[in-house]
Amino acid sequence: MADRKLQIAIYWGAACGGCDVSVLDTNEFILTVDQVADVRLWPIAADGKYADVEAMADGELDFSIMSGAVRNSENEHIAKLLRQKSKIFVAYGSCAYMGGIPGLANLVPREEIIERAYLNNPSLEPGNKTVPLAQTSVNGYDLEIPKFYQRVYKLDQIVDVDYYVPGCPPQPDQCKAAVLALVGALTGQADPPPKGSVVGAYERALCDDCARSKSEKKVKRFYRPWEIMQDPEKCLLEQGIFCAGPATRSGCGVRCPNSGIPCRGCYGPAPNVIDQGAKLLSAVASIVDSKDPDELAQIFDTLPDFTSFANRYSVAASPLQRSHRS
Amino acid sequence: MSYEPRIVGFLCNWCSYAGADLAGTSRIHYASNVRIIRVMCTARVDPTFVLKALHDGADGVLICGCHPGDCHYSEGNYKAMRRYPLLKKLLADYGIEDERVRLEWVSASEGKRFADIVDDMTERVRALGPSHVQADLASDMAER
Repeated sequence: MADRKLQIAIYWGAACGGCDVSVLDTNEFILTVDQVADVRLWPIAADGKYADVEAMADGELDFSIMSGAVRNSENEHIAKLLRQKSKIFVAYGSCAYMGGIPGLANLVPREEIIERAYLNNPSLEPGNKTVPLAQTSVNGYDLEIPKFYQRVYKLDQIVDVDYYVPGCPPQPDQCKAAVLALVGALTGQADPPPKGSVVGAYERALCDDCARSKSEKKVKRFYRPWEIMQDPEKCLLEQGIFCAGPATRSGCGVRCPNSGIPCRGCYGPAPNVIDQGAKLLSAVASIVDSKDPDELAQIFDTLPDFTSFANRYSVAASPLQRSHRS
Repeated sequence: MSYEPRIVGFLCNWCSYAGADLAGTSRIHYASNVRIIRVMCTARVDPTFVLKALHDGADGVLICGCHPGDCHYSEGNYKAMRRYPLLKKLLADYGIEDERVRLEWVSASEGKRFADIVDDMTERVRALGPSHVQADLASDMAER
């Protein structure tokens, strides 16, 4: 191997930690990574301080992997810092790629989130008036916590991103493939993927890899998965179960539909799709069997909370990006 | 200067674009706020087009096609009809007011109807005021 170890960092923004666990899920492969690389920062698994990163020269890190969206000023600060210090910066997982589950909060203004979480919540002490503020003064001490932004950003709305690895979380095999591609490129053993490409996934829709039988789709109502005894061989959409497969990139190994669970769209929009939600909207509308506006309204009423399903991981990545309610 | 709404109109080639043409050749006076984009069929209007128009600064989007049963491609307008209620649900969740996006059926002989729809929609959007999509996204950036 190279005489010099690769310098890497793994970081999380607004994330659940599942992406870090998916890195560890590569099992013994992680030991190989350890042999060829120094992990300079990885808050969930290793020591390393922000000050150490700040002290690095620009480009000192060979690559950084960041999971999670940008929700507050700390996420933004570290994203920019790692970008500056890294030769290659990777958005890892659905939140970094598209805003992910935290991005659903963009459908609600910040004030309502604070109200719900800190002021008007059944599990709070009645009459609570304490809300987190970026700056407070307590007993003469000035305290500072990260500023909670108006909305959630996907990573490339904040910094320049070289590669995207989708998934909630990315499948360990795909994580491994992505890391090997990067290491190959950095050590000159392989050509780097084109900048901006989605690595660790395929150039086709999930349905292309789904083994369920597909025929003409005609649906008179939609079902939540527990409302219907499903046929394990047949396309879920044909059975009226809302599945994000048609608008979603393949790469996960079709794990959800193979387990009887509809695709939730975590691998992001299929190639050349701008907005996953809009494309899914078209796909779902096209299978509905009615030409009567009143009946259509009734059928679509069986799809509760439609937007949160259509753009489950991609609200921040949609053209409208957030609620514009005044 | 007073506020003039900018409305993007997607008109099907076979009925509504001809209807708009008739409004013109009949010398009907109506609001000039709709910027018309001719599409072959309302089924061609991907919901992404509507979202992108709103993102790029349109105050409203008008989609017009053949009356149900009259589609040149026999079923195209039904596809638009099925997408529309879902699109309205999506837009409502993104906080876009109901009057800003509208689907109407206009035949080639309905020049007057087209003019009336444009006048009516222009006034409704004018009453709402400018779309705040662009301003909201700019204020998000300014906060950081």
